[in-house]
Amino acid sequence: MIDTSSMAKTERGASFWQDAWHRLWKNKLAIFGLAVVTILAVLSFASPLICRYIIGFSYDQQNLALGPVAPNHTHWLGTDPLGRDLLARLLYGGRVSLMVGLCATVVSLTIGVIYGAIAGFIGGKLDMFMMRAVDILYALPFTIFVILLMVFFGQNIILLFVAIGAVQWLTMARIVRGQVMAVKRQEFVEAAHALGLRRTRIIFRHIVPNLLGPIIVYATLTVPEVILLESFLSFLGLGVQPPHSSWGVLIKEGAEVMEEYPWLLMYPGVMMALTLFSLNFLGDGLRDALDVRGSKD
Amino acid sequence: MALLTVENLCTSFHTRNGVARAVRDVSFQLERGETLGIVGESGSGKSVTCYSIMGLVPQPPGRIEGGRALFDGVDLLAISNQELNRIRGRRISMIFQDPMTSLNPFLRVGEQLIEPLLIHEKITCRAATTRALAMLNEVGLAEAEHRLNMYPHEFSGGMRQRVMIAMALITKPDILIADEPTTALDVTVQAQILELIRKMQIELGMAVILVSHDLGIVSGFCNRVMVMYAGRVMESATTEDLFYDTKHPYTRGLQKSIPALQPKGEELYTIPGMPPDLLRPLPGCPFAERCSHAVEYCVKEEITLVEVAPQHGSACLRVQKENLSV
Amino acid sequence: MFRYITRRFLETIPVLWIIATVTFFMMRLAPGGPFDAEKQISPEVRARMEAHYGLDKPLFEQYLTQMKHLLHGDLGPSFKYPGRTVNEIIADAFPVSLELGFEALAVALVFGLAAGMVASLKQNSAWDHVPMSLAMAGLCVPTFVMGPLLISAFALHLDWFNAAGWYFPRDRVLPALTLGAYYAAYIARLARGGLLEILNQDFIRTARAKGASMRRILFKHALRGGILPVISFLGPAVAGLLTGSFVVETIFGVPGLGRYFVTAAFNRDYFMVMGSVLFYAGFVVALNLAVDVLLVWMNPKLRFE
Repeated sequence: MIDTSSMAKTERGASFWQDAWHRLWKNKLAIFGLAVVTILAVLSFASPLICRYIIGFSYDQQNLALGPVAPNHTHWLGTDPLGRDLLARLLYGGRVSLMVGLCATVVSLTIGVIYGAIAGFIGGKLDMFMMRAVDILYALPFTIFVILLMVFFGQNIILLFVAIGAVQWLTMARIVRGQVMAVKRQEFVEAAHALGLRRTRIIFRHIVPNLLGPIIVYATLTVPEVILLESFLSFLGLGVQPPHSSWGVLIKEGAEVMEEYPWLLMYPGVMMALTLFSLNFLGDGLRDALDVRGSKD
Repeated sequence: MALLTVENLCTSFHTRNGVARAVRDVSFQLERGETLGIVGESGSGKSVTCYSIMGLVPQPPGRIEGGRALFDGVDLLAISNQELNRIRGRRISMIFQDPMTSLNPFLRVGEQLIEPLLIHEKITCRAATTRALAMLNEVGLAEAEHRLNMYPHEFSGGMRQRVMIAMALITKPDILIADEPTTALDVTVQAQILELIRKMQIELGMAVILVSHDLGIVSGFCNRVMVMYAGRVMESATTEDLFYDTKHPYTRGLQKSIPALQPKGEELYTIPGMPPDLLRPLPGCPFAERCSHAVEYCVKEEITLVEVAPQHGSACLRVQKENLSV
Repeated sequence: MFRYITRRFLETIPVLWIIATVTFFMMRLAPGGPFDAEKQISPEVRARMEAHYGLDKPLFEQYLTQMKHLLHGDLGPSFKYPGRTVNEIIADAFPVSLELGFEALAVALVFGLAAGMVASLKQNSAWDHVPMSLAMAGLCVPTFVMGPLLISAFALHLDWFNAAGWYFPRDRVLPALTLGAYYAAYIARLARGGLLEILNQDFIRTARAKGASMRRILFKHALRGGILPVISFLGPAVAGLLTGSFVVETIFGVPGLGRYFVTAAFNRDYFMVMGSVLFYAGFVVALNLAVDVLLVWMNPKLRFE
């Protein structure tokens, strides 16, 4: 026999996460999305500093004498009818919008994951009952209740997080439950069981890592939906209240004076669309990278 | 002239990790009414060869790099999709390994069965249904009328494969390509299906290409057998010659591996080593790594199929040069 | 199948009851009442108005009274529009919203399915990337940005349409496009995904081996399975169309139920709010049932259980 051991190179195995990161890295759109979101997040959270040192105006600083002006050297993105600098308001609004997005997503994630994991893991009658509840709730126009909640119980920003988060948890619950059930059935869980591993060990070492993928993907895709919902509420006057502003509020104010001062609608609109774009591309990219079902080459 | 002549077929898959050359320079002929068996392990390229002929290779990752497939004077690899559609299902039909996934679960069996007729012949629905009923009876399915209105999931595996065969043969094609038709079925059903194919073949006088990894199945069914390994044809001969006058070490290895033919109580024989990674270029003979007869030049010289005895081709360099006896 | 429908139908009744109860208590327990904004009237007049509507009775008694009225289909009077009952207002306004919803849905289905089909057939080509990028844009631009933009471009600058109003047939175009855009985008992506998954299945290979043309494969073989995710989406989509109409109706001045609902909530017009909520919820629940039945019917494996 010919000695071919020298011909074969030792192959380095890649872990699931390394493989996924590699796939994500190749997806230019997703990386673009990630970059934009990161930059925006940094800018937004640093907005107080930026406002003070770079722009020179604060988001609520009015200049009634000046009134609304188009973008120029002093006010890079122009001002609104109360003379407030648009760029400052945009950055501050971004902070609020992103925060709402994040917090509400965390709320929906927590509820959804716990609910779905319990239903999926315990299974049987409990699962059937819990999922029927989800099916029924899914059918309701939740937005109506959120509107009612916000109208009646006032403009509390915490309430806003919870209310919006409560709208989105259903999908997460379904996905988590589906994933838990799928993983539970898989042979490697049986194999681990056959090897005598304890149940808790099985849960944490085997099932949880398989949940992380879909959770990350859908959390990333929930944030833009939440931001949209918040801006929808703000448009109706129910979301964030003055003097705070979010992108939704800015867009509402901009839409009202769209004809005379178009920049007031354009910049917030573009900013929000860009953020949502980026988050969606990132979410899609993550879905392709982490979803083993998807890769077929 | 042969019914189907395949010359120098090369098909590759361009994946993220490199180019996998699944079919490397495959040539063979199929005569009218002949049964040809293509045998090989997973990854040998036997299925991809058939897909290439039928134009079923998914073209984004896959690509036919070269060669010709002459059928009735037409090169199947060179014609347009539209022209190919006139041949597929009418003159060359194919049945696949897994009847469960090969039938559309959303459509009734009757609809799928008459489809080849509706596509290729000017025929009314009613006339087509009559022929479909007749065909179901031919393939041994009772209560044909009832069955036409049923959905695939209401059939058993064996019955589904019969439906597939009926669907493939309803247009009375010249060639039937059967890609591992029995692999997904129970052992008892396997023999029935093969019998059915044999019966239809005799009735319609058509040629059959039977693809399998099971040397036993192929030997019981086919006139000629072609053994493939790593995308190449290793040996091609009549069934008798292949068994009684084997002229390739790989074929010999396959024969030795048949459990039923080995002495009881001893360790089962397997060909040492593993099939090669098709992403690698594999110079020389791809089987050399695992071959007990391999020598220096086996990994250096390119191999081709050469006639070493009447109607008997072998790609083994040592058989060609030194008349090695395997 | 029949049993499934009756079971689902029976399930909706307690659901609607819970919705009514939750809405009732949410409204009454919230601060503020329907007549607080009327600064002109004296406290005595206000007390008498409240008594007139039965608002001075104990809460639980009001609840039972309302439930009784609801069972008879009587949605009560409106506070904001005295002299008109809620039933009348809904009867006038809902058909408007319904028409807008249908037109938006039509826009969504036509554009969405067409885009999804083309994209799935020509995967990874320009025919795939361009529609899908447009779809992404549709998802990321909210209705209240798209609306003003469309008005600005087509009504004000090009003068093809009116900026607002619901009088002529062509007044339907911009609102329907605005409302339908998001759903068209979503449907396009779902259709593409669903079709791609089907097109990769073995039975499509069988169809190709039979010599079927691409058109036959798409319409006869792939579509039936491929649009299932779109149909699943229709339930929540209709719910969204109804709620999304609040914004569109406001922007375009459409006299639909959505606008009434929001103003009623702000004005604490109790009966109006209850009426709208129940109406919407009932409609959505009924539609979801229809969609679920359709889904079961379209999947042969489930149909005969």
